[in-house]
Amino acid sequence: MGTVFANPGIVMLSQSVNIGVDGYLKYEVFGQEVWITTTHIAMWLITLAILIFAVIANRVIKKADPYKAPKGFLNVIELMVETVDNLTRTNMGEKHGYKFSNYIGTIFIFILLANLGGLFGLRAPTADYGVTLALGLMTFCIIHYNGFKYQKMSHITNLFKPAILTPINIIGEIATPLSMSLRLFGNILSGTVLLGLVYGLLPKVLLIVIPSFLHAYLDVFSGAIQTYVFCMLTMVFISNTFDEE
Amino acid sequence: MITDQGLVLACSAIGAGIAMIAGIGPGVGQGIAAGFGASAVGRNPGAKGNIMSTMLLGQAVAETTGLYGFAVAIILLFANPLIGKL
Repeated sequence: MGTVFANPGIVMLSQSVNIGVDGYLKYEVFGQEVWITTTHIAMWLITLAILIFAVIANRVIKKADPYKAPKGFLNVIELMVETVDNLTRTNMGEKHGYKFSNYIGTIFIFILLANLGGLFGLRAPTADYGVTLALGLMTFCIIHYNGFKYQKMSHITNLFKPAILTPINIIGEIATPLSMSLRLFGNILSGTVLLGLVYGLLPKVLLIVIPSFLHAYLDVFSGAIQTYVFCMLTMVFISNTFDEE
Repeated sequence: MITDQGLVLACSAIGAGIAMIAGIGPGVGQGIAAGFGASAVGRNPGAKGNIMSTMLLGQAVAETTGLYGFAVAIILLFANPLIGKL
């Protein structure tokens, strides 16, 4: 088992405190060293959980009787779908909202489960910059796809509108996915680092009591808020492309 | 006797500590946002949901600068670029 952060600074620390990404399996692609890390394993587990949930939900929905009031598990699924639909409709307008509820719901469930991964003993996958950068770039692509779809060529010419501000506009467009991904990454990583230090610091007896409060704040509260913020920012940036005709 | 590597590591640790001073700004900003949010709820309790979501969004955006400082500190501690320059 090797550490990806190959750095003499961490060697002394890493005996008792483990906050980095651990690599498990090394292989080579085009001469590059590539590792299967804790992030991959946590993401496979999360994907598996979502898949199982989706299959069960599909079974339940297919069997459902539309003339009866929903109950039990079906009620929970309907609540989730309605919540996401309401969220997109209020933030993106009645006309466009429903088209994006699929994407928003997907990234909402994924990021929420990834942030809660710290509760189940995994290293939260969103504390790895590769994951959050991918999420940010997905949002970036959707923003600009919709920009070209609804504003045609003025999506490009808007960049040069006040001619003096052209560089600032371009930097602003590039900074959007960077700041979104850094925000998610930084928040979850700060929780991971703090919990790792606390776990390394405390004696074995106290480990049951004290970290639970920190888990409640750093994993559940902060993770849920960051999930909400990521989805809200995605919706706000996408709906900005609708207005200007 | 202080080795070259030891000096770089020590200064990196001090630099990481200084970089986290960036946390002051977002703390003040989020506090101001939460204060105005509370006064807005006091004035118009019916709009609590909207005020809450707007406040959280603003606070999350204000937090970004502090997180840049945090990223610099983490890079200095765990992925130190200065060690390779020795």
